[in-house]
Amino acid sequence: MKGPSPLYGLMAEFDDVSSLVLAAERAYGEGYRCLDAYSPFPIEQLHEALGSHHTRLPLIVLIGGLCGCLGGYALQYWSSALAYPLNIGGKPLHSWPAFIPVTFECTILAAALSAVLGMLALNGLPMPYHPVFNVPRFALASRNRFFLCIEAIDPKFDVEATRRFLETLNPREVNTVAD
Amino acid sequence: MADSLQPVEDPSRAAAIRTPAVIAPGHTFGTVTDKISAIVLARKTPLGWYAGFGTAMFFTLLLLVSLTYLVLTGIGIWGNNIPIGWAFDITNFVWWIGIGHAGTLISAILLLLKQTWRTSINRFAEAMTLFAVACAAVFPVFHTGRPWLAYWLVPYPNTMNLWPQFRSPLIWDVFAVSTYATVSLLFWFVGLIPDLATLRDRSQSPVGRVIYGMLAMGWRGSAHHWHRYETAYLLLAGLATPLVVSVHTVVSFDFAVSIVPGWHTTIFPPYFVAGAIYSGFAMVLTLAIPIRAVYNLEDFITMRHLQNMAKVMLVTGLIVAYGYLTEAFIAWYSADRYEGFVPLNRMIGPYAFAYWALIFCNVVVPQALWLKRVRTSVPVLFIISLIVNVGMWLERFVIIVTSLHRDYLPSSWGLYSPTFWDWSTFVGTIGLFLSLLFLFLRFLPMISIFEMRTILPEARVGE
Repeated sequence: MKGPSPLYGLMAEFDDVSSLVLAAERAYGEGYRCLDAYSPFPIEQLHEALGSHHTRLPLIVLIGGLCGCLGGYALQYWSSALAYPLNIGGKPLHSWPAFIPVTFECTILAAALSAVLGMLALNGLPMPYHPVFNVPRFALASRNRFFLCIEAIDPKFDVEATRRFLETLNPREVNTVAD
Repeated sequence: MADSLQPVEDPSRAAAIRTPAVIAPGHTFGTVTDKISAIVLARKTPLGWYAGFGTAMFFTLLLLVSLTYLVLTGIGIWGNNIPIGWAFDITNFVWWIGIGHAGTLISAILLLLKQTWRTSINRFAEAMTLFAVACAAVFPVFHTGRPWLAYWLVPYPNTMNLWPQFRSPLIWDVFAVSTYATVSLLFWFVGLIPDLATLRDRSQSPVGRVIYGMLAMGWRGSAHHWHRYETAYLLLAGLATPLVVSVHTVVSFDFAVSIVPGWHTTIFPPYFVAGAIYSGFAMVLTLAIPIRAVYNLEDFITMRHLQNMAKVMLVTGLIVAYGYLTEAFIAWYSADRYEGFVPLNRMIGPYAFAYWALIFCNVVVPQALWLKRVRTSVPVLFIISLIVNVGMWLERFVIIVTSLHRDYLPSSWGLYSPTFWDWSTFVGTIGLFLSLLFLFLRFLPMISIFEMRTILPEARVGE
């Protein structure tokens, strides 16, 4: 059913943080672009070593927050001044200072929801299946091992040459990742 | 590097300031992971867990009985009556909400301030927040008298053409507390995702793998994912920080916006927020001390954590004490006879015992925390934390009941005493809180595993 090469990529396993960061830098320097590194905790230098750029997430959160702010205020203005006008203690119908707390809470709520949903969407999660899980040792990526995977879709990818290159990075072992 | 005996911080600096490390020396990525996940993945549940959970469930059932009886009968089963329309219910509500605040403070504000010691206590402090907010929500919802209509508090288009009254602090409260619950849940869940992946990968049971796998949503620790993850986490912390300050501020508006003597005061928002953090840290200590002993987590929750929490308690306790002073001073300085009467009535009126007990618990006892000997003694800290919990409950009781029971017209003065059902509902929520906590300890990692890895010396990128 699959094509001739049901291969997702080649994955090298490392023992420590510094080797992984160094390997990622070397692989990027070598011209590989379709690659990813996997670690049990965030490593600041890693995504820079992979040539990754800024994320759009803060913009999404800003837009979400603004929508919550305007939406919350509009809801209060519309319901208190237009849809259901009630004279409360002689206050004006559009009593804006009283609307600030709810506006604030709506801003935070919408911004927080956009931060979480935006992060998940940009990361493509939830994703029930991913080829890297086909490597049995990858279970250690959530414990104490570090992995660098060069994907087969990379134009520079060649099973033999890439494997030789990964071997030069002093990995613990190099595994093929079935797609 | 794996068997390095270096503490986390620069050893020279740690020695210079003579503070214990935030994690005991000798740990590696592997040992941290194994030790924390073993508590969850252990095949056999400890007998003590069953005993604790069983006891907590007994009180949860008491809560269910009390609430069932309340719904069948009406809130007349409680002792509140005009002029004391708010009593145990709102006292408990404010107390529980306040307890939650320490969780958000530890997870969000200390994260922004780069306090790495927060790492081993933030997870269960956040869980504590969620469970405390759940307990808090019980009271206002059932105090409405017809809790099945509580959804009327939410603005939605309806055939009655009614809308909530947005000029009322009670509606602000609905928005503040529900936003707080939602954001706390998001923060907690986002923090859990990488650890759920660890549990998925380490679980021996097929059921565990499936459940943790679904919850982890396919997390694989990709560098690109971590980058967005950290951005999201930091932004959530930045959003939760003003949120947590706003929540108890809005709760204090429930009182301060009214014209009841003793409530109508501008000191309330900062004083409520400080009190919330104070009681929250007391509760974190109350929970952390037995948990670290039972699960042998002294390596992760070190004396450094206990001492730091004691210091936060001391500072917030002083702010609260300043609040009490200001309250009394302004009441006198206002030259308003009704305002001036409130502190006197608190000190020598029918509820004087509650007032002096609160001063003893919240102001006198915590002064012991100035002494290093006290801050480093685990049993003493535990006792002080319990006393502060009681004191903060008394504070809310005094604020609410003594202000209401004698306001402007002596002809409408009254007294309040709690009924059995007041007590059973309150004790019941403590049971609910502890039941949820026991379930959490058994099924989810109580310490953030991935964040613990980041504070190990081997997490540093060397050249």
